[in-house]
Amino acid sequence: MATDAAGLGRRRAAVFVAPALLLVAGFLVLPALWTIYLGATDYQLTGLAAADPQFTGLDNARRALDEDEFTHSLGLTLQFVVGSAVLGQALLGFTIAWLLRDRTGPLRRLVEALVLLAWILPSSVVAFLWIALLDRDGGTLNTLLGSGNTAWLVEHPMASIIVFNIWRGTAFSMMLYAAALGTVPPSQLETARLAGASAWQQLRDVVLPLIRGHVLTNLLLISLWTFNDFTPFLLTGGGPGDATETLPVFIYNTALFGGELGYGAALSVLMLLINLVIALVYTRLLRAREKAAS
Amino acid sequence: MAAIHLSGLTKDYPGGVRALDGIDLTVADGEFFALLGPSGCGKTTLLRTVAGLEEATGGAVRIGGDDVTRTPPGRRDVAMVFQDYALFPHMTVADNIAYPLRIRKVPAARRRDKAAETARELGLGDHLARRPGQLSGGQQQRVALARAMACHPSAFLFDEPLSNLDARLRLEARTFLKRLQRDLRVTTVFVTHDQAEALALADRIAVLEAGRVRQTGTPTEIFRRPANTFVASFIGSTPMNLLPGTVERGGGHVTVGGVPLPAGPARAALTGGEEVVYGIRPEYLTFSGTPGPGGGALPGTVTVVENMGSTQLVTLEGPAGTVQVVVPEDTPAEPGGAGYAVPRSDRVLLYREGQLVG
Repeated sequence: MATDAAGLGRRRAAVFVAPALLLVAGFLVLPALWTIYLGATDYQLTGLAAADPQFTGLDNARRALDEDEFTHSLGLTLQFVVGSAVLGQALLGFTIAWLLRDRTGPLRRLVEALVLLAWILPSSVVAFLWIALLDRDGGTLNTLLGSGNTAWLVEHPMASIIVFNIWRGTAFSMMLYAAALGTVPPSQLETARLAGASAWQQLRDVVLPLIRGHVLTNLLLISLWTFNDFTPFLLTGGGPGDATETLPVFIYNTALFGGELGYGAALSVLMLLINLVIALVYTRLLRAREKAAS
Repeated sequence: MAAIHLSGLTKDYPGGVRALDGIDLTVADGEFFALLGPSGCGKTTLLRTVAGLEEATGGAVRIGGDDVTRTPPGRRDVAMVFQDYALFPHMTVADNIAYPLRIRKVPAARRRDKAAETARELGLGDHLARRPGQLSGGQQQRVALARAMACHPSAFLFDEPLSNLDARLRLEARTFLKRLQRDLRVTTVFVTHDQAEALALADRIAVLEAGRVRQTGTPTEIFRRPANTFVASFIGSTPMNLLPGTVERGGGHVTVGGVPLPAGPARAALTGGEEVVYGIRPEYLTFSGTPGPGGGALPGTVTVVENMGSTQLVTLEGPAGTVQVVVPEDTPAEPGGAGYAVPRSDRVLLYREGQLVG
């Protein structure tokens, strides 16, 4: 007799789950294992190694850690994540949500619509807009600032893609924080106000402790998304030189333009491991918070 | 310690809603004062305007002689206890109580002592290290009170202080609150929609309706002589019977449903033939199954009998309309039977155009 709620029993339940498991296995687990295997070979797109790849063990990983290219790319990625996600999107998103918290009416709707628009437009369209904005000859920004023929994507490539990604992704943080602020009981803020707390003290003593879980979740998601974000490639292609070659772009350039599929696969595995570490740190923080709350 | 004066206080919300309409009130120093009214009457808005959480559209708020109408809430020297207590869930009881002191930059050691001392006074001494989530509703309320007391404000403002407690605890907390206020002698204004709570706690009550004060007075004054039919029907655990009547020639009697009834204390102010509302509380009617010898009894058919413990509430339907009578527990009254209600003449109130006569 089946003891589960649906009364199926293990065997019949397994039959129902099987199609989904097969899909996950076929399109997620197998390619992942294949990537790990490829990362341990010298597989190439063309040439001898393409026909007869050799097993090289951890050589690729060792090469990545030895060569400056990988560490340089990792450094750029960290800049990109900290600058555009943690400092940019999260801070700006929270600030907008905080300023709009008591507002209703056209101003709030307008700001929300504009911020959301930047989020939902297709990447290719957005990339084209920003190339036009930052263009050296007659670009919109140069016209607005009167900054002559500044080639923004060449002279300030990292700053450009960081600002771009802030603009692009703030909507998510703004919406998340707007919802989070809605959960703060007004009476707690008013108690702080009656005690004489300044706006900053209200934030520090009431709002932030109450929405800490939201903040951590937000930071986890946008850190991972930004870490894996490929959109900067549409603006700079990783250049000039390797000035904006964040990890996803570096892997793409190595594997597909450089033809080093084996090395690219090894880099992908390293990147996956870094993602795991980021996720672990945040979930650990979240759990510590839950423990403190109970 | 401070008195609170409100003069011509008006609050308009965007969209043309007038929440407060020219409120004039004085709360004496050390007084326990209730703002009573049905929901939407503006009582909470009034309290929040005194606190500074809402800005008055017109008029003035004076606390202890200072005009604070435009002063931000943090500098009015008032403490408020909210309906949901508004305790900070991430802080311990001690930190919650000491929070206003922390904002005022009182040194940590003195803050701790003060929090512990206040907590002890309110019977919270054993719970200083706990968080609000680990306390019962009554304890949470006392933490909120302790937080309000710790910084010695010149006035307390309580928003529906008892409404989040269950019925048994509410009585206990009511007594506790009254004793606390008597001991501290701090001017206290509280908001309630529960007339019994206002009567039990307050030194004086203001009854509000639609943003206006309809009557101010001591609980006895408000209960005995409601100034208008609104207050009359709002105050009392069972609403006052308000029956249309006509003054007889000579003014000694009022005819209600064909029965001449004694006009009571307002006799001298009446003119024959005028229409009045005859008001008598259910507690001041005597019920019997027979008309009795003296006359002056409202006849009717018993429709509902509600058991209220030591008394029963009997509803009569008769020519005068619906009349409710509170009768002792052992009085026989059965639905469908005949009943007669005799008013106690010294408790009769007469209303002319909604206002108390005499």
